[in-house]
Amino acid sequence: MRIVLTTVLFAICSPALAALNVLACEPEWGALAKEIGGDRVTVYTATTALQDPHRIEARPSLIARARSADLMVCTGAELEIGWAPLLQTQSGNPKIQVAQPGYFEAASVVSLIEKPMRFDRSLGDVHPAGNPHIHLDPRNIERVASALSERMAMLDHAEAASYRERTKAFLQRWREATGRWEKQAASLKGTPIVVYHKNLTYFVNWIGMREVGALEPKPGLPPSTAHLSELLDQLKREPAKAVVRAAYNEPRAAEWLAERAKVPAVMLPFTVGGTDRAKDLFGLYDDTIERLLPVAK
Amino acid sequence: MFRNTWCAMALAVAVVPAYGQDVREELRQLQQRIQQLEKRLQETELKAGKAQEDAARAENTAAQASARPAGENAFNPAVSLILQGTAARSSLDPNTYRITGFAPPTGEIGPARRGFSLGESELVITSNIDPYFRGQLVASFTPEDTVEVEEAFFQTLGLGKGFTIKGGRFLSSIGYQNQIHQHAWDFQDAPLAYKAFLGGRLNDDGVQLRWIAPTDLFLELGTELGRGRTFPGTEPNKNGTGLWTAFAHVGGDIGTSTAWRTGLSYVRTSPQDRAVPDMDALGTQSFTGRSNLWIADFILKWAPGGNPTVTNFKLQGEYFRRKESGELDFNNVAFGDYSSRQSGWYLQGIYQFMPQWRVGYRYDQLSHGTVSNGLGLTAADSPLLLTDYNPKRNTLMVDWSPSEFSRIRLQLASDKSRFGMTDNQVLLQYIYSLGAHGAHTF
Repeated sequence: MRIVLTTVLFAICSPALAALNVLACEPEWGALAKEIGGDRVTVYTATTALQDPHRIEARPSLIARARSADLMVCTGAELEIGWAPLLQTQSGNPKIQVAQPGYFEAASVVSLIEKPMRFDRSLGDVHPAGNPHIHLDPRNIERVASALSERMAMLDHAEAASYRERTKAFLQRWREATGRWEKQAASLKGTPIVVYHKNLTYFVNWIGMREVGALEPKPGLPPSTAHLSELLDQLKREPAKAVVRAAYNEPRAAEWLAERAKVPAVMLPFTVGGTDRAKDLFGLYDDTIERLLPVAK
Repeated sequence: MFRNTWCAMALAVAVVPAYGQDVREELRQLQQRIQQLEKRLQETELKAGKAQEDAARAENTAAQASARPAGENAFNPAVSLILQGTAARSSLDPNTYRITGFAPPTGEIGPARRGFSLGESELVITSNIDPYFRGQLVASFTPEDTVEVEEAFFQTLGLGKGFTIKGGRFLSSIGYQNQIHQHAWDFQDAPLAYKAFLGGRLNDDGVQLRWIAPTDLFLELGTELGRGRTFPGTEPNKNGTGLWTAFAHVGGDIGTSTAWRTGLSYVRTSPQDRAVPDMDALGTQSFTGRSNLWIADFILKWAPGGNPTVTNFKLQGEYFRRKESGELDFNNVAFGDYSSRQSGWYLQGIYQFMPQWRVGYRYDQLSHGTVSNGLGLTAADSPLLLTDYNPKRNTLMVDWSPSEFSRIRLQLASDKSRFGMTDNQVLLQYIYSLGAHGAHTF
């Protein structure tokens, strides 16, 4: 009898003993929440590195996860506008509503670049708040880590000290790594590249590379043959060193252009899980830089 | 927090053999002390944490302050507008459209009008009202120059425990396609079963209670009380409710590539003098009684690795079964028992074979089932109601979506809704959405 009772109690209680239930909209924030929370949080990541964060559907499994989340960590800046609002309104979970402590937008603690001067859809699917792909600048990760850690501490005061300690240790390792990456990537400074979508711009700015074109004719529109041939002409006049795409961008257009422009096509993990080596945030940056280094030569 | 403490206590009690009252008393005191300490810690940390976060935000806000809109319009709700139109050809006159053997209302169920025709222009206004409620209006401007309120509802945000209450006029959550707005359908028109059993769709005035289970598997239970404003109801002039529904849905993922949802729904209403719009009948007819409708639905969406950008596939089907029993009034002179058991289903597949391009096929079928009446009427007296005929339809479509906000569709259909006649339909449709980026339900 006692055994049965104990088993039942364990079954009821064990998920709750991991104090904070985190629903991360993208893998980078899932990884960051794990760095901060360790085994004191359970993290469910809504998307993988092979999915386009703009084009996710509010599918049943995500609504179910949103229902029991204590904290929803998203990029914000309208990146998830097609699906995250539905998770909030359909989950019946008051904790994760906009402006509640249980909803955290990473972009709210970072200065966004490329704020459009004109809001017009003829310019493509532009985000009025600015470019939301903030996680490939390590200084942004630093800012988000501090703010997220405080948010987690606020929601789960019992573990607050542990979150702060872990964050401190993480930030120390992170700053060291940042210095190492900056040194490693010094040779990439000034390297001109063509990107697929404007999703690497923070990285490009941080390293000091140059983005000379994008395969998408306008943000959010798939590459067209007309635009690709224009790009090719442009590259003949002012050559770039590589055509770079994220793991979730389809490879064909990038390979087509790279082959004709006689430059390498480089696939970057873009976020945690995008390649085998990008197991966590450190691996993500290590692998990204290593994949780009040969381009500089 | 409380739950953790409770669980720890309960476990401790369960695991440690009971050593009598004094141990429990000691435990109780310890627990109290822990709680007090926790409370104090929590208060201190809350202050500290908030201060740090505020500082970080203030720094950032200062940088962004210039970009913030100011003034009275800063709180404008999200507004979007859908523009639609068709150019259609059909071999039979859409104005005489009927579904033989079934008696849905006339009006919105017919195929697109011949020639050029404006579709419904939808204006969607939505916003959070306060921390507790959200509101939405969907007004539809019809090509006949009238305005219809498709949806106007409030919805709770703060009930908690997975509960949501919706009130006003809204698309019912029964079945799958019912709560999808027409502009987001994969074909220009509704499946035959929706036309025959719901007059196109169910959007009653009423309230809805919905609950999501706290499980990793998606489980949704809900019920709606309504007025019975439209078919299969008859706008009753009475106190209380004229229609109620119940629905249950479960769903989840299979790997990263496939997502699914399936469910069962029930609609019950009591039509009063519901006219049968039969031009060919030998007299006027109306039905009074009970109407029970069951819907089983499923949807399955597949995309390689869960990334639908290049290719994706969607399989959707619903089965309807209706039982009506009551009294048939023929020419206001003869009254007799009437009962029917009818069913219908559709299955459709949509495949995006390259970015921007999709093809789709839909098969529709209705089964006349058994219809009996105590008046001795035959199909000759009342062809629309009593002809034993199973309508069928095949529909093909291909659409091109230059961006998320525009779509142009070619649709071909061979429609055997009318006994002994095939209506061949061709139509070209455009759908544009302007303004706020809407979020579409799964």
